[in-house]
Amino acid sequence: MTPLKQSLELGLVLCRTCGLAVSLASLGIERRCPRCRSRIEQRTPFSTEMTLAWLIAGIVFYIPANLLPVMHTSGLLGEADSTILGGILEFWRAGDWDIALLIFIASVAVPFTKFIAIGLLLLTVRKKSRWEQHQRTVLYRIVEFIGYWSMLDVIVVALTSALMQFQVLGAAEPRAGIAFFCAVVVVTMLSALSFDPRLIWDRRV
Amino acid sequence: MSATPTPPSEEELPTPAVQNRHWIPRLVWVVPVVAAVIGISLLIRNWQNTGPRITISFLSGEGVQVGKTLVKYRDVAVGRVSAVALSADHQTVVVSADLSKDAASLLKADTQFWIVRPRIGVGSVSGLDTLLSGVYIGMKTGTAALRERHFVGLEDPPALSHGPRGRELQLHAPRAGSLAIGAPVYFRQFQVGRVIDENLLPDGSTRVTVFVDAPYDGFVKPVTRFWNASGIDVKLGADGLNVQTESLAAVLAGGLAFDDGPTEIVPVAAGILGDFTLYKNETEAMAPPDGDPHYVRMRFSQALRGLDVGAPVEFVGVNIGSVVAVDLGYEPRDKSFPVIVTAKLYPRRMGQAYEALAAQGKTESVETLAAFVGTLVNRGLRAQPRSASLLTGKLYIALDFLPASPRTAFDASIRPLELPTVNGTFQDLEASVGRLVAKVNDLPLEQIAADLHTDLTDLHETLSELHTRVLPNAVDTLSALHGTLDSVDRILDVESPLQRGLTETLSESRSTLQAVRELADYLDRHPDALLRGRRPQKIPQKPAPSSSDAKP
Repeated sequence: MTPLKQSLELGLVLCRTCGLAVSLASLGIERRCPRCRSRIEQRTPFSTEMTLAWLIAGIVFYIPANLLPVMHTSGLLGEADSTILGGILEFWRAGDWDIALLIFIASVAVPFTKFIAIGLLLLTVRKKSRWEQHQRTVLYRIVEFIGYWSMLDVIVVALTSALMQFQVLGAAEPRAGIAFFCAVVVVTMLSALSFDPRLIWDRRV
Repeated sequence: MSATPTPPSEEELPTPAVQNRHWIPRLVWVVPVVAAVIGISLLIRNWQNTGPRITISFLSGEGVQVGKTLVKYRDVAVGRVSAVALSADHQTVVVSADLSKDAASLLKADTQFWIVRPRIGVGSVSGLDTLLSGVYIGMKTGTAALRERHFVGLEDPPALSHGPRGRELQLHAPRAGSLAIGAPVYFRQFQVGRVIDENLLPDGSTRVTVFVDAPYDGFVKPVTRFWNASGIDVKLGADGLNVQTESLAAVLAGGLAFDDGPTEIVPVAAGILGDFTLYKNETEAMAPPDGDPHYVRMRFSQALRGLDVGAPVEFVGVNIGSVVAVDLGYEPRDKSFPVIVTAKLYPRRMGQAYEALAAQGKTESVETLAAFVGTLVNRGLRAQPRSASLLTGKLYIALDFLPASPRTAFDASIRPLELPTVNGTFQDLEASVGRLVAKVNDLPLEQIAADLHTDLTDLHETLSELHTRVLPNAVDTLSALHGTLDSVDRILDVESPLQRGLTETLSESRSTLQAVRELADYLDRHPDALLRGRRPQKIPQKPAPSSSDAKP
């Protein structure tokens, strides 16, 4: 199978913002898209480096996000700090396996998937591997898409803290863990954003 | 679409000034570094805050929940239970708890832990908050220098959990009475402390540990006397009924009270300040110290029903001791069974007499005392059971001088001292009461009752006769009497003919009498008139005033 021609070989470059294919020769020193005036690069500079940096930050933040309590509830029957995993276990034991599963997917499975997926993409791009290039592009799209679903936990805590304020009878307060979790979500989204999917298709020269 | 301009030859083109802006992407590495710094700082802080993990063993882990039950010191949480497990021998529950770092210094070898549950006692209610919040583990630090990580928990909370300022005192008593831990201690009916511990000492006596709170511990002096203030003290004295109690709580839960003892009496054995004797009641506490008792033995050849252990022994009416044992002996000589009564006497209770004797050196030793008792016996000192109360039949032992009693030999070498006895008079009394009862028994009560019954029947008959016959007649008689009285009334009326006739007759007779008097006067003056007849009168005579002594 003859490999498809790459944009570089055709002297074209794609604007990542508006999707305009621009002739490389027509770009001025400014290197801006003639249509949307955003910067056009053949390959986003330092893409892998930035992706890796954001990814590492995300992984580092993920540790306290899981160890520290995300919410503090107090009421007549005492007070308790709950972590994400503790909360999932509590729901599971209480028989609410559906809620437990939902939180598990949003808070544990998705971030992990992102870490592994982005890590895999970075590794293959670095090697300029030609393995399953199409699938990897799909993977990248998925990672980009599912990123903000992880904010579910953050929203739950925010809503609960805002609504459950009955003083002595019961009150919920956010704890440091949720800030770290929020940071994980934001940082991994930035990581995915920094990644230039065109690198997947670069072949070894 | 813009037309592509013809590219100029490379030689014509100026070299673009490439701005090297590599530092901006490099800046992104700050993010993971910051993340790592935050993570590591959290880790360090966590590690710094992590205090020691301790284990406490309890007999029961009721209510203890992993991750929820707190360890509290002075009602402030200092730790949390991290695990609950059974001990290897399944006898105890081992509770592991993570304490905060600043609580580590509280862990001494004698630090105490206990589970706080709601407790409702007579004196106090505690731990009610645990009804809702669940139990927690209380903690009281110790004073030992040794550190410890493994503890044995208390099953009951200590009476003093937070080491308030004050003084701990040990009270010694043969028996503690109905004192509970936490029972109040009163000083002049003001609660100043509480009982914090009770121990049974190896010798069988009890030691009560009380705590007197700080401002009041100054009231505890060497002369202070402690007594058991439980219950109600009702006294019927010469000044009327006197009910005394410290407080309602003390009535129910027991309590102690203390006050200054009689100040003129120097305590016999002050000992270490902090050790006191606990007396049974206020009277006993305020009594002068008894000193060491002397034991005496008495043989009675009569039954002593009603003589209890603890019955008083009185010397010339003063209580100087009590009976400690009543035994049955056997006398082989005459094959009799004497009652052997052992009593303890407190010579100090004799008061001034004792002091006088002590001044003479008669109480220095048991020997001198025995010799002194010997002289008293020679003067007629005898022990005699007497009836304390006719109602209850209780007896007491009286030591009294009975010079009329037969002389007995006193052996001063026997220990304990044996006092000669005389039989009590209460049996004479019993005998006379018996005779009286026998006489009452001999009375022909049945005969009397039968006679009385006959008499009563007769009386009844008489009365019924009176009712049926005599009373109607009496009514007739009375009405006849009434008629008679009416006639009398009529007769005596002023307007009645009888009355009028009588009045006329009376005035007639008055004029008659006047005439008779005139005649008598005339005759008196002229006695000859009887013979010569009336002479003509020169001066007319006035009639004399009427008089009843006129002679016919």
